Amino acid sequence: MSELDAALTVFAQEAEELLTDMEDALLSLESKPDDSETINSLFRAMHTIKGSSGLFGFNAIVGFTHEAESVLDKVRNGERGIDAELISVLLDSKDHTAKLIEHCLTQKDSELPASLAADGERLIRQLTGRQTTDMQQSDDSVQLEIEGGGEISVDDNWLISLEFQKDAFRNGMDPLSFIRYLRTLGEIKQILTVAPEMPVGDDMDPESCYLHFKIAFQSDANKQTIEAVFDFASDDCDIKILPPNSKLEEYLNLLNAQDDNHVNRLGDMLVQVGALTQNDVNHALQRQQANIDSELVIVPGKPLGEILVEQHVVQQPLVDQALKKQEQTKQKLASEANYIRVDATKLGHLINLVGELVISSAAMNLIVERHGLSDAGDVAASMNALVGSIRDTALELRMVQIGETFSRFKRVVRDVSKELNKDIELFISGGETELDKTVVEKINDPLTHLIRNALDHGIESPEQRLAVGKPAQGTVQLNAYHESGHIVIQIADDGAGLNSDRILAKALANGLIKPDHDLSQQDIHNLIFAAGLSTKDQATNLSGRGVGMDVVKKNIEALRGSVEIDSVEGEGTTISIRLPLTLAIIDGFMVGTGQDRYIIPLSMVDECIEMNANECEIDELQHYINLRGQVLPYLRLADYFRNGSHDTTRKRESVVVVKFGQSKAGFVVDELHGEHQTVIKPLGRVFEKLKGITGATVLGDGNVALILDVQGLIDSATSFKHRKVPMYEQ
Amino acid sequence: MAIHLKQQKKGVTHLAIQGELTIYSVLEHKQALSPYLSSAKDVQIDLADVTEIDSAGVQLLMFLKQEAVSRDIRFSLIQHSEAVVEVLELLNLSKHFGDPIVISADWKTS
Repeated sequence: MSELDAALTVFAQEAEELLTDMEDALLSLESKPDDSETINSLFRAMHTIKGSSGLFGFNAIVGFTHEAESVLDKVRNGERGIDAELISVLLDSKDHTAKLIEHCLTQKDSELPASLAADGERLIRQLTGRQTTDMQQSDDSVQLEIEGGGEISVDDNWLISLEFQKDAFRNGMDPLSFIRYLRTLGEIKQILTVAPEMPVGDDMDPESCYLHFKIAFQSDANKQTIEAVFDFASDDCDIKILPPNSKLEEYLNLLNAQDDNHVNRLGDMLVQVGALTQNDVNHALQRQQANIDSELVIVPGKPLGEILVEQHVVQQPLVDQALKKQEQTKQKLASEANYIRVDATKLGHLINLVGELVISSAAMNLIVERHGLSDAGDVAASMNALVGSIRDTALELRMVQIGETFSRFKRVVRDVSKELNKDIELFISGGETELDKTVVEKINDPLTHLIRNALDHGIESPEQRLAVGKPAQGTVQLNAYHESGHIVIQIADDGAGLNSDRILAKALANGLIKPDHDLSQQDIHNLIFAAGLSTKDQATNLSGRGVGMDVVKKNIEALRGSVEIDSVEGEGTTISIRLPLTLAIIDGFMVGTGQDRYIIPLSMVDECIEMNANECEIDELQHYINLRGQVLPYLRLADYFRNGSHDTTRKRESVVVVKFGQSKAGFVVDELHGEHQTVIKPLGRVFEKLKGITGATVLGDGNVALILDVQGLIDSATSFKHRKVPMYEQ
Repeated sequence: MAIHLKQQKKGVTHLAIQGELTIYSVLEHKQALSPYLSSAKDVQIDLADVTEIDSAGVQLLMFLKQEAVSRDIRFSLIQHSEAVVEVLELLNLSKHFGDPIVISADWKTS
């Protein structure tokens, strides 16, 4: 790759990111059009793309983005208002820019196709044409920020407040000596001696101290030094030292200059610049804690800054500035976030190596155990723990938040609902939920399909909605959360729901089911995943051709996931996708029958009980266990996998109760081996059709253990007819 | 007792405090001076012979003033000694007592 090509790759990547940001910004502007930060980011996106395109001589891009940039500049300066129409044009401009970039990158030297050029001209007209009508707004929206006069204080003194406690004299304090000593540090400009709480008559104890002093003090000393004067008295005196206003400026400057490579706590920041002493902060923190303790109801404690200002140890502007600085630092760190772009294959290689490491560490443990090396055991144990955390960290490297994938659908929903003349809003929650990057990539298509379905089939037209008493605006919700080693992604709409009768009729017509089939509601809903079934009478260009849902299901199952449909006719449909968090390494639970070892993903293991224990009755014929009043189907792994070699004497068997989503089943095994870090090795193509097994792993002793497909096995255990059917398709 | 009662003018109770007016003696002084605050109408505290005064002493003077004001008694400090003036100046209390202070030429300037 030549240097230029490398630079072009960077340009393409950067432009793509900028355009994605731009789209997000535009969509968020729809809800809050006045957010200046967002408008700035729009401007920057266009500006940066223009600049870098200029470097490569992509004049078409420069020409177009220049127009967009100048419009955005006007918006930024308040010369032009932003409205839905402009946002719409800008969205189109963004798409157009993307097309231009693609064109320039793929066919560097050829002329711009006429259609692209025409689009560009049209967009430029739309962007700039209305400019004059909007100009009148400029006078209203341009407002000079008038500098607030602020507090102008001629005082340039430290304000020191000393409130001595009653026992001060008796403890040998003489306030006078402190004040005399204070004079050695600077000049006392003003001093106020009061005794506001002095009792009258006989109640007054001349040996108790009632004196309070307020001192205006001029000095170049810093706060620490001044506070040190009163160190000795700190137990018997309430001391507050407020820095002079001139210092304030100095502190503000110091705050600004503070190193912003890590986020500091507010107290620490103020101590660092010298506006506060550690004592002040400690007192305020104690106060904060005391406030929290005294409140029985759980209310968030007062912010530290507020307490500090309340206690008159620091001025409000300082706290504000410090908080601002803190926020800036956070943002800066977040935006930099020190990302390193890593080649995905390198990462994959690392994960593979970690997998091998896990296996060989298991082998080492085995040997240590076999030879009974007790001192080596400790070392092995700590290395085992380390390998465990390396494994987790390595897997985390591939974890990405699903939010980015989700927010792409904003545009889909926006465009599709316009096209269908429907008013639909997309709500996103759980965007911070993380899952493996490879899973994210593979889930994108199924998700798009499901969302299009929800938009097209699910949500009714506004008229229909109003007719059945629903708000005209339909909602689609995207939600993600973690659940026992899986991520659950839900797509919920408040549309018409699934029409069971129509699905049944279609399925009968297509010969998917026979009239005498007695199907539960759930079974009927699941029919929509069957190939060739669409209830939509007319196929649109979005959906309705009856292909798709079966592909969705297949894609998700290929990721060892599952789909569930929950629909109420007239109220809406919720589709839940359940996916494993990672495809590489899992915590497994190892069991054995006879010579064979099997791994059950630990997150799916609910409990282990002893077969024949008093707590459960067993129906050997029907293969059900009565587990504490619940019917639990069970499956004897040895029978299922037809390995005759298992121990026929069956001295003792255990039941591993597994759950997947809502369903549970028991696997009957001979031995429980306990937890095992399992590196999933996919099975070769030859074994693809095997039922009940999703993969294999290599054990420490070199043997192979099969990883059970819990979901499939639960299904087998539940449906009677499959129970005796072994792993071959018949 | 370190307090001398002198009747210089009619109706004026002139009380001269002698020696230290510090934490070690304030209790004593308060007990000795308080009775006059219930009987007299015009009290002058002569501080000429106060050799040392500390915060507790200042506080006692403030207390006496407060008591006197609340009982409509004329109260003044007179003949401040050097030690007293120094402390009253330091604490900016001269105005509070509002009594003229005569500064002797013999005092060393502070």
